Amino acid sequence: MKPAPFEYSRPASLDEACALLKADDSARLIAGGQTLVPLMAMRLARPTRLIDIARLPGLAYIHEQGGEIAIGAITKQHVVESDPLVRAKLPLLAMAMPHVGHTATRARGTVGGSLANADSAAEIVLVAATLGATLRWRDGGEARDIAAADFFVGPMVTALPQTACLVEARFPAWSEPHVGVGFHEINARASDFAFVSAAAQVALDAEGRCTRAAIGIGAATAIPLRLDGVAQSLHGARFDESKVRDAVKAALAGIEPMADLHASAAYRRRVAATLAVRAIGDAFRAAARRS
Amino acid sequence: MKVELDINNEKHAVEVEPRMSLLDCLRDKLLLNGAHAGCEHGVCGACTVLIDGAAVRSCLMFAVQADGYAITTIEGLSPGPGELSPIQDAFCETHGMQCGYCTPAMILAAHALLSKNSQPTRDEIVEAISGNICRCTGYAQIVEAIALAAERMRGQNIKTGQP
Amino acid sequence: MSAPGKFRFVSADRRVREDRRFVAGKGRFVADIVPAGTKHVALVHCPHPAARIVSIDKAAALAMPGVAYVLDGAELAGATNPLAMGLDTPNVARWPLASDVARYSGEWVAAVVADTRALAEDAAEAVQIEYEPLPFVLDGEEAYRPGSPLVHQAHGSNVLLDRTFVWGEVERDFAASPHTLKHRVTWGRSSTVPIETFGVTASWDPWREMLDIWASIQMPKYPDQTAMALKLPMSSVRVHYDVDVGGSYGVKRGIKHTVLVGYLSRRLGVPVRLIEDRMENMRGGDMHGPERNFDVEVAFDDQGVIRSMKMRALDNVGAYAGRSPFQLGKPIGAIVGPYKIKSVAYQAIAVVTNKTVQEAVRAFGQAPTNYAIERTIDEVANRLGLDRLEVRRRNLIRHEEFPYLIPSGSTYDSGDYHVVIDKVLAHAGYGDLIAERDRLRGQGMLAGIGIAACLEPSGGNSSFEPLLNPKVGTTTWMDSCRISIDLVGSITATMHTTSAGQGHETMVGTVVGEVLEVDPERVRVVRADSLNSLPSNSPVGSRMAIMLGGAAFHAANKLKDKLIAIAAHELGMPVERIAYKDGNAFDTAAPDKKRTWVELVTIAHRHIHRLPVGMEPGLSVSHIMPVPTGGALPTADGRVQMYPCFSFEFHLVLIAIDPDLGKPQIKRYVVGHDCGTVINPKIVRGMTIGGIAHGIGAALYEEFAYSNDGLLMTQSFMDYLLPSSHEVPPVEIVHHETPSPHTVFGQKGSGESGYLGAPAVIASAVNDAVRPLGIVVNSLPIKVAQLGDMIAAARDNKKGN
Ligand code: FES
Ligand code: FES
Repeated sequence: MKPAPFEYSRPASLDEACALLKADDSARLIAGGQTLVPLMAMRLARPTRLIDIARLPGLAYIHEQGGEIAIGAITKQHVVESDPLVRAKLPLLAMAMPHVGHTATRARGTVGGSLANADSAAEIVLVAATLGATLRWRDGGEARDIAAADFFVGPMVTALPQTACLVEARFPAWSEPHVGVGFHEINARASDFAFVSAAAQVALDAEGRCTRAAIGIGAATAIPLRLDGVAQSLHGARFDESKVRDAVKAALAGIEPMADLHASAAYRRRVAATLAVRAIGDAFRAAARRS
Repeated sequence: MKVELDINNEKHAVEVEPRMSLLDCLRDKLLLNGAHAGCEHGVCGACTVLIDGAAVRSCLMFAVQADGYAITTIEGLSPGPGELSPIQDAFCETHGMQCGYCTPAMILAAHALLSKNSQPTRDEIVEAISGNICRCTGYAQIVEAIALAAERMRGQNIKTGQP
Repeated sequence: MSAPGKFRFVSADRRVREDRRFVAGKGRFVADIVPAGTKHVALVHCPHPAARIVSIDKAAALAMPGVAYVLDGAELAGATNPLAMGLDTPNVARWPLASDVARYSGEWVAAVVADTRALAEDAAEAVQIEYEPLPFVLDGEEAYRPGSPLVHQAHGSNVLLDRTFVWGEVERDFAASPHTLKHRVTWGRSSTVPIETFGVTASWDPWREMLDIWASIQMPKYPDQTAMALKLPMSSVRVHYDVDVGGSYGVKRGIKHTVLVGYLSRRLGVPVRLIEDRMENMRGGDMHGPERNFDVEVAFDDQGVIRSMKMRALDNVGAYAGRSPFQLGKPIGAIVGPYKIKSVAYQAIAVVTNKTVQEAVRAFGQAPTNYAIERTIDEVANRLGLDRLEVRRRNLIRHEEFPYLIPSGSTYDSGDYHVVIDKVLAHAGYGDLIAERDRLRGQGMLAGIGIAACLEPSGGNSSFEPLLNPKVGTTTWMDSCRISIDLVGSITATMHTTSAGQGHETMVGTVVGEVLEVDPERVRVVRADSLNSLPSNSPVGSRMAIMLGGAAFHAANKLKDKLIAIAAHELGMPVERIAYKDGNAFDTAAPDKKRTWVELVTIAHRHIHRLPVGMEPGLSVSHIMPVPTGGALPTADGRVQMYPCFSFEFHLVLIAIDPDLGKPQIKRYVVGHDCGTVINPKIVRGMTIGGIAHGIGAALYEEFAYSNDGLLMTQSFMDYLLPSSHEVPPVEIVHHETPSPHTVFGQKGSGESGYLGAPAVIASAVNDAVRPLGIVVNSLPIKVAQLGDMIAAARDNKKGN
């Protein structure tokens, strides 16, 4: 299980990386490589050139700017996992991080790598879709921001041009005083890819009524699914499990979930609803505790 | 390509194809055979080494990417020929292995855990080794070895060793 | 544990000597051994479940850098004999590479030899093969039916074995019983899947005419099968047993790999190695385990006492035969489990299909059979509305009934089943466990208690060979040990197989130390190569504690007798007057009349003139031991003593299942374990828990699943799911010791019972949990989403009604 031969470059700058990408259609960026390398080992991916950006200066950071938490693309997942700013301002991401791979893959895997791979079962992808993160790429000299909803376009397919390099993800930090989150996933073993996952974040007013909500389902469909209608329906309400369940079920009735060796479409649809309701419930309870 | 690797506090200049994994480089070029191939696709953990102190899968990293990091392999843990580190000794004490194939990786994963957390709970130990598959033991004696090592190292105020 | 003082080193909680090298990363695994000039093999495999090989074009591959050779099946088949097989099925011949027809997706069609593995893989992609797809069959029952596509045309059917044994008055017992129950239970295709794949390096020396082999092997008859296939005298094949094997649990039997690289090394005149990568291992390593349907019918009375059983077992062995059909034979030695079932009809069917070939897996077929028996006992209890434990108690053989002869001809050596169960229940607090289950149920969980007993036949004997293939007269398998005391008094014991983590060096050291009354650390244990070996049979069938332990014991005693004889001669008295203690021999009547260890050793090695007349000089002895109770041919109606010893385990678990998700969670796992005298407690504990972890995998996670178009879908560790530390709960072990009368210390085997009991107990618990919904789960593995779908359907049904 050895990869097909390739050339290796380690550019000193983003511009150089972009130029290398531009020069070769079959070149690929590598940062942590935790998804790409297995595919290469099985020769399911055969880049002619790897452009290593893992240590590119200025692309590993976590900071707050204008109500958002900006995370540099090559920030390691284990750094995000234990980052105090993420814990304080992006509780949903903080809650999801321990589910990403294993300790050893989080030590190398990056936030940008996971986003660019766009696996619907990936926790960071789900959180970005749920919260409506903004992704920034650089294509040559040009920088462009794109909403997560427009970035994830198909099963492991993104809007990222072949010549572009993802540089940053900005997750909205909710400023309401009472924000709570919930995250659930189901898999065969504790650290496998999820069959289905659900993420929810809600803000409550002092009376425990929802003022804002975001709900997302991962792994059930080719790209993460946002349940905006359900989120809307929560506005002004306290948590009412049966109402939420009905709303979620209605929202999921029309989807066409994936089916594979591990789980049927029916399972994914049904359990997506279960996990969404649980995540929403958790989020309400957590937000209430913050009162 | 030429790459200079810092392994167990020693510099090694090696000539490798870009496609050579760090795992294959350690084994084939440097004859450091303690890292093992179990799957070569990042699931079993048998190839674990420490990169700047963190447990990492050496099959998921190319040797050409590994310069400039402090790499620790199992060969770097023994204090001297025939001598065992506290974690290695604890694995012997509880018989935290059978065939020994996953063992160097388990010990390195334990090392990474204990260097951050000197008093891990059972759940933390289980989590720390959950990316390392052992087919022989059912993990019980491995978990016990790590707990024992933690206890002894706390008692004697021993550091996990280098790095 | 043994009564204190019974032994000095045996049963003591001592360290395992092998561990030191492993913790240092200094094991010596096959991939670590690279003779100078070694070339590497990569394989080209067939992508179809069945296909005629129309043409192979090697030109492009041969032109690639570093490529030394491309071997195809026609050349190999022309130069070698087919691989050995267990049954008398000459038209199911197998060679390492397919020629003419490939019979499963993953089967090797060509082998590329190159300077590095990566270059070999590059060239393997460039071998152009034209296939003509053929009809195929995947399902065992379908393959059994006349008219299904034939896997081997020349064989004329897909059936390798179809034999019905009747032991006792089955029809009469059925007629006389007020109740019968019939069901089908299925054991899915999984395997032991060691973390080290199979690997082998072969190096032919044409000047010495010697083929040296280093392999990750656990296989009886490996050197001779290699020699026969390669048409070499066995004395030209030297297998090095001092190779650490990275796990095996039965499957490391890479005979086809070995013949392939052995041939290539002779052909090319360089060392050649093949280290399977994980996908080669999973799809083409020929190491899948049993895939079995059981149709079990039992006849029982109102009390749940089972009088008779009919079992039909159909095993899908994959595309070729090998030894795997014998896995239907070994369970005959414990066909009634630990229960007093008086008559049995057993139909054993092995069929070939277009799936990867099956190999010996931990417990050699007994784990599926035990699961089928235990599932049946649970259903008998459910049918009668009786407690599952009580039904077991009524059927279990009682302590005073041993030795106990079962209908199929094996006599169980010893056991104390009821007591083991009582100890487990007491330890677990059975009442509390039930209360906990009911509390979980009250919270809306599906919760169940699992109960399973199992027998581990141990002492690895070969009676199933003549039983299923009358042309084979192999009635038993030896094991052996050689011990020398050198001229400065150090002790070296030699064993004659590889090990895969069972701690045999520790065991031999312990046994020799025990007998010679010296610190086991003073006993060096080494491994011979096959040309230096005494007859031995590799660690299969839970045999090494019994067989290697036994051989070491007898060899050490021979040495001790020799030391005593020298001392008696020196002191001029009969040997009966000499006592031996701590290495010294002395006159029982006057203890200061003695000869010390150093004196005895010096006499034996240097002062030959002082030896008794006719005694061989030096201190070297060996012992070759046949299996206790082994060596008999089966009777005409197929009764035979299979294995000598029978360990017992009783498993008890509590499982909770979130009904909305279907994911079983093991809340508590208690096991009662009785393998007679324990030689090393650390080793036995590890084997027990490791076996349970393996059984949890077979029950809940692991499956070689095929798509309808015949492709293996679980070729990587991303899809074939081995339990991690999260999936194996803490296991509480309750010890009991019923020594075997057949072994030197009373020991029995311990490598398999965890794996025998865990699948059964998990199935039992899951069924207890979902029974209130009217669900019966009768196939393994029980996968999360499938169980979730079953629960959802049952709940919908309930609502609908
Ligand atoms: S060999 Fe690297 S994770 Fe398995
Ligand atoms: S000790 Fe054998 S795989 Fe862990």
